Amino acid sequence: MSSDKEPLFSAKNLKLITTPIGPQNPITIQVLGICSALAVTAKLEPSIVMSLSVVFVMVFANLIISLLRNTIPSRIRIIVQLVVVASLVILVDQILKAYAYDVSRQLSVFVGLIITNCIIMGRLEAFALGNKAWPSILDGAGNAAGYGIILIIVGFVRELFGSGTLSFPGFGTFQVIPQAFYDLGYVNNGFMILPPMALVVVGIIIWIQRSRDKSLIESH
Amino acid sequence: MELLNIFVKAIFIENMVFAYFLGMCSYLAVSKTVKTSFGLGVAVIFVLGITVPVNYLLENYVLQEGALSWLGSGFETVDLRFLSFIMFIAVIASMVQLVEMIIEKFSPTLYTSLGIFLPLIAVNCAILGGSLFMQERSYANIGEATVFGLGSGVGWLLAIVGIAAIREKIRYSNVPAPLRGLGITFIVTGLMGIAFMSFMGIKL
Repeated sequence: MSSDKEPLFSAKNLKLITTPIGPQNPITIQVLGICSALAVTAKLEPSIVMSLSVVFVMVFANLIISLLRNTIPSRIRIIVQLVVVASLVILVDQILKAYAYDVSRQLSVFVGLIITNCIIMGRLEAFALGNKAWPSILDGAGNAAGYGIILIIVGFVRELFGSGTLSFPGFGTFQVIPQAFYDLGYVNNGFMILPPMALVVVGIIIWIQRSRDKSLIESH
Repeated sequence: MELLNIFVKAIFIENMVFAYFLGMCSYLAVSKTVKTSFGLGVAVIFVLGITVPVNYLLENYVLQEGALSWLGSGFETVDLRFLSFIMFIAVIASMVQLVEMIIEKFSPTLYTSLGIFLPLIAVNCAILGGSLFMQERSYANIGEATVFGLGSGVGWLLAIVGIAAIREKIRYSNVPAPLRGLGITFIVTGLMGIAFMSFMGIKL
């Protein structure tokens, strides 16, 4: 057990958190988990809640699967993973319904869709099944954070330009664009609230990221 | 007439990809050529057409509050809706497995063309999304639920074949280097979504 001597936040372990946030981002580079990511980003508040839910599900799913990794027969591992993830998502869903009913209504089916979020299944398959518990927790947290950051950026941009406000869970909605702007004839870009703009915003984030880091450019 | 409305609505107005972003992962990953994306699209129609009605029965005869009353008077207040995620995903995973085995037995040619995609479909968000939307919108009978499932599948097929055709052609154009591949696909999908929004005004 060499890892017993390894400090909890060694350079190798920290890397598990930092790479998925930047150069190996699950959304912009690995193209995972886009399904449930984009539909909830019309406002900042649901984006934050969604990110937190994914962090929770991801960390615990990675932890549980990692602890069970030697007992799961490999032929039925997919269904075991689905059951673990589904139970965690039910927990999140029930908690949201109890404590944040409005947000839960806004997220509608997308909380349930965390189950089929490819990031979670992907990390369980690729990482948790072959690694010890602590690195798996870090890996889960890192990937979920990478996912959450994109979600929050998109939610921020869309709400700022689409409604001129910013909303935070637990604090309510704040008007960010001053009233004087509206008096001068500034109009909210209603287009930003519509679903297709989420795709365009993510496309632009990818564009910016890849112009800064040329090694990520695809040939086609 | 009602059925036709649901069908058209599911394909165009509430398109799985453009209005709800469901099934985006495989949509982006498998849309490099028209041929394979068509295969995946057909498999999605197939699985949605089976799982949505099965989950409809499950929802109405097992999960909903009072749905278990056919078991006896003691079960009238049982509400199992909190179990719906796990039940739906179990149904989907087992149905996909079943469909795969049946196709393998009866149509080896279809199996070789669909085969590789079928296991992928179990974790396609469009499939679970179809069942969850069915639950949220509470369709009146199993016919409507089936038509909704098939319609969503056709809408998904339309979207993935469309983007695959565009991606095949986009190879010959001069896309800015950082946008190549993923970036331009996102933006083109956004533009297609805007085009599909022109259907939104239609009242059915």
